[in-house]
Amino acid sequence: MMTAATTPANEVPAIEVRGLVNRFGRQVVHDGLDMTVHTGEVFGIVGGSGSGKSVLLRTILGLHRPQGGEVRLEGRQLNGLSERELHQFKARYGVTFQQGALFSSLTVIQNVQLPMLEHLRLTAPTRDALALLKIRLVGLAESDAYKYPSQLSGGMVKRAALARALALDPPLLFLDEPTSGLDPISAAAFDTLLMDLQQQLKLTVVMITHDLDTIFRTCNRVGVIVDRKMLTDTLAGIARNPHPWIQAYFHGERAERYGAQRGT
Amino acid sequence: MYTQIERTANGLELTLRGAWRAANLAAIDAELASFDWGGAGTLVISGAEVELLDLSGAWRLRQLLQQAAAAGTQIEWRTPAPELLQLVEKTLSQGGPPVPPPSSESEFQPISALGEHVMVRVEDAKTGLDFIGRVAATSGKALASWRRLRPISVARHIYDTGITAVPIVSLIAFLITIIIAYISAEELRQFGAEIYVVDTVTIGVLRELGVLLTAIIVAGRSGSAFAAELGAMKLNEEVDALRASGVNPIEVLVLPRVTGLVIALPLLTVVADAIGLTAGAVLCYFLLDMPIVQYLTEMKSAIGPTTFWVGVIKAPVFALLIALSACYRGLQVRDSSRELGRLTTVAVVQSIFLVILADAIFAVVFWQLDI
Repeated sequence: MMTAATTPANEVPAIEVRGLVNRFGRQVVHDGLDMTVHTGEVFGIVGGSGSGKSVLLRTILGLHRPQGGEVRLEGRQLNGLSERELHQFKARYGVTFQQGALFSSLTVIQNVQLPMLEHLRLTAPTRDALALLKIRLVGLAESDAYKYPSQLSGGMVKRAALARALALDPPLLFLDEPTSGLDPISAAAFDTLLMDLQQQLKLTVVMITHDLDTIFRTCNRVGVIVDRKMLTDTLAGIARNPHPWIQAYFHGERAERYGAQRGT
Repeated sequence: MYTQIERTANGLELTLRGAWRAANLAAIDAELASFDWGGAGTLVISGAEVELLDLSGAWRLRQLLQQAAAAGTQIEWRTPAPELLQLVEKTLSQGGPPVPPPSSESEFQPISALGEHVMVRVEDAKTGLDFIGRVAATSGKALASWRRLRPISVARHIYDTGITAVPIVSLIAFLITIIIAYISAEELRQFGAEIYVVDTVTIGVLRELGVLLTAIIVAGRSGSAFAAELGAMKLNEEVDALRASGVNPIEVLVLPRVTGLVIALPLLTVVADAIGLTAGAVLCYFLLDMPIVQYLTEMKSAIGPTTFWVGVIKAPVFALLIALSACYRGLQVRDSSRELGRLTTVAVVQSIFLVILADAIFAVVFWQLDI
């Protein structure tokens, strides 16, 4: 798990960001940020609050137009796509948002079916069966399928959001703080679920997270946003990086305690 | 082009090919629709030519295999069975039996539906009264000190509901008065009594139109804003946060809005009155060739001692009705964004209804009092 997935030289990386620049007024968030995610790996994005993790994610998803630089998903440049191509391309990835962002007026199963209605032509029984399959896949009971988001616990919301992200069987999955707000046991269960699904469905996963446990458990490589750029390495490699923020993050009291408990 | 089926001596040989993915399910269904399993002893499947198999494709494949098994066919895999097939199998066999979806259609029973409707309305009226009671009690306490009246918050609401509404209220008062004056001029001209256009406009604007139009515009404008703002705060747990920090939400959210609107609406009404009377003068000058001095003289004689106050006195009452019903509906929002939309609509419809109802009651009372 700790070894980096290597992409052969002739293979196109799943995500390639080159020289990204993002500014809001006079505040520069990204200045020449590079990032490469290979197919089939779990890539963690780490950074302090306000370092632009969510902006980076929104830029990769095509929800935010950057001031400079380019984003390539599966070798295709995002800026060059027409409205229609972009729409079709959105079936290639699934996203979960920080707060879940489930549609509050729809039940869980309707939430999962929404992307299917938009992108696939399926009969109603097929759609129901596939949505229920996804709901069970993320570890929810079938009786939860007919509940509204307000009736779900925090962990169930995260799982339902994951089911919705998987609705179209995308090869690429983006997760924004998938375990935030969960107790350690639920978070660990979610990580396990994610790893199982990642291996069985052969997903490429990009996640923003603050949770060291999640990083240690799931990520092949980590990209740290410091000084408006990204430093990318394997977990062991990045932990040796001398940058003060990275040292504080991976070798702070929290991380050391974690290391001691694991006996590493 | 996703399957190729050949009949052999033992039964069937099925070769899967192409991309078995969610986007192609409709095509796969169409291809398999005409197929008949009858009589096939064994089915040998080869997945060597499959380009891509995703979870939805695996689910469809499992369905296919189940159909075959149900028809009494033996299934053999020539290539190893796809892992995803096992995942689907495992997922669907775990986690309890299927649950039928709750049926949304209930039987239509007019009597019980009527009864339930009445009960809901009675309950609604009770909680509405409860809300009014709380607001009254809180305002009693808040009146004790200047700070608890939250003057800054009140000022903000006077600005938002009053000052920013001046352009639209003026425009509508101007246009409606023009319409009224024009129609009455057409009618009165037949009797050579154009001069009474002035009386119609003056009395109509001051007693009814000015305040009623303003109240209806404000109900649509600020009533919806109050309900949506409080509703969003409720969904965002901000109201709970206030309560948890020992702050009474009625004191900080409802009272400033009510106070602000009670101050702003009479002022807006005066603006609407002034603009309405000006519009009357403009129309009389251009359409009836009436000098401004004559208009002013006639207007002065038409205005009785109470004409202006009868209109303006209604404004605070309308403001109270609008602000209370909008805040009440806003704080009722729970659970979903659909509720927010529904209750904002209810808030606006109800406050406009209440304003018109109150105006009717005022008309009767003033008539009885002979003012």
